[in-house]
Amino acid sequence: MNALQRLGRWALGVFERLGRGHVFLLQVLISLPSLITRPMLVIREIFSVGVLSLLIILVSGLFVGMVLGLQGYVNFAKFGAEESLGMFVALSLVRELGPVVTALLFAGRAGSALSAEIGLMKATEQLSGMEMMAVDPLKRVIAPRFLAGVISMPLLAGIFSMVGVYGGYFVGVGLLGVDEGAFWSQMQGKVDLRADVVNGIIKSVVFGIVATWIAVFEGYDAVPTSEGISRATTRTVVNSSLAVLGLDFVLTALMFGDL
Amino acid sequence: MTTRSTEILVGAFVAAGFAALFMLAMKVSNLSSMGNNEGYTLAAHFENIGGLKVRSPVTVAGVRVGRVSAISYDKDRYKARVSMSIDAIHDYFSIDTAASIYTAGLLGEQYVALEPGAEDELLKAGDVIEHTQSAMVLEEIIGNVLVKLTTK
Repeated sequence: MNALQRLGRWALGVFERLGRGHVFLLQVLISLPSLITRPMLVIREIFSVGVLSLLIILVSGLFVGMVLGLQGYVNFAKFGAEESLGMFVALSLVRELGPVVTALLFAGRAGSALSAEIGLMKATEQLSGMEMMAVDPLKRVIAPRFLAGVISMPLLAGIFSMVGVYGGYFVGVGLLGVDEGAFWSQMQGKVDLRADVVNGIIKSVVFGIVATWIAVFEGYDAVPTSEGISRATTRTVVNSSLAVLGLDFVLTALMFGDL
Repeated sequence: MTTRSTEILVGAFVAAGFAALFMLAMKVSNLSSMGNNEGYTLAAHFENIGGLKVRSPVTVAGVRVGRVSAISYDKDRYKARVSMSIDAIHDYFSIDTAASIYTAGLLGEQYVALEPGAEDELLKAGDVIEHTQSAMVLEEIIGNVLVKLTTK
């Protein structure tokens, strides 16, 4: 009986948090229009969320592309299809790795920072202070961070994919001697703008919304103690990674599968 | 960090992001080769289309002039009906044009090759190409070879 009660309490807790999270998202979305009058807030957040994530995105994109080029070459060479390397690298990056790896890195690099920042603001009662001064923390703190994350994510994913394609090009054409013309023409022949590139961008926008939403919510909902903040940061990374990977399957099935 | 340098860096970031997305569209995808979507449709009936797919290329002398737009089965003729969307600038196919299904490379994808004929009259939108040659199906070829070998 006790075990059953614990299970019930746990389930109720999960649903309560889910509900709070969605109400929170709705409130954030409602307070978004107020940012039109203060774009500076969003620009400053894009700086800390997007610009400061650039380094890790550039380096990971380059190396992921290079590994794809190497692995693709080794395996394509087995049946003499090295020319398809360009298509393989570009399709893997544009469809899957670009949006997904960027979102995972984004959750680790920017999402955890957002949670910790907002959680600490809550713990040091800065958020309550704002409310005391009739400043809505949702409008002043949460909404700009949310919007900055949603804007930055597709841009970062695009940069990741582009750098990755050049990483694959460098390894495939530069080091392993795949024909340059075949590399690009196979890529351009098989990568479709609507079906591949646009779907990849849609994916990254969705991941941006989900990852940033989880990050700001975990921060805003954190228990205002040092332990609570540390737990909130952990939960941000774990939950956004799980959400991104799960959603990726759903989106891929909708976009590319015939389910 | 001053406001100005923050703004400049954010501007550079956003510009780089859009540049990357633009390059993905232009350099990686087939946007440049799609170009004009306007064209006209021709149809052809084949005994067997093998592995031909919608969006497979349609070529003349190896030059791509259009794409396969639809594939269906014509139950009156007992043949496969392949609709091809041909780019508008390629409007020089005579009515005795022949269509064949070939394979690019040994394991490559299949495509429709058009071969212009000698008539003066030209095919118009919606016309049907009369002379067709089906796709080579590996099993059929092997079967024929086996028959030849065993009936000696």
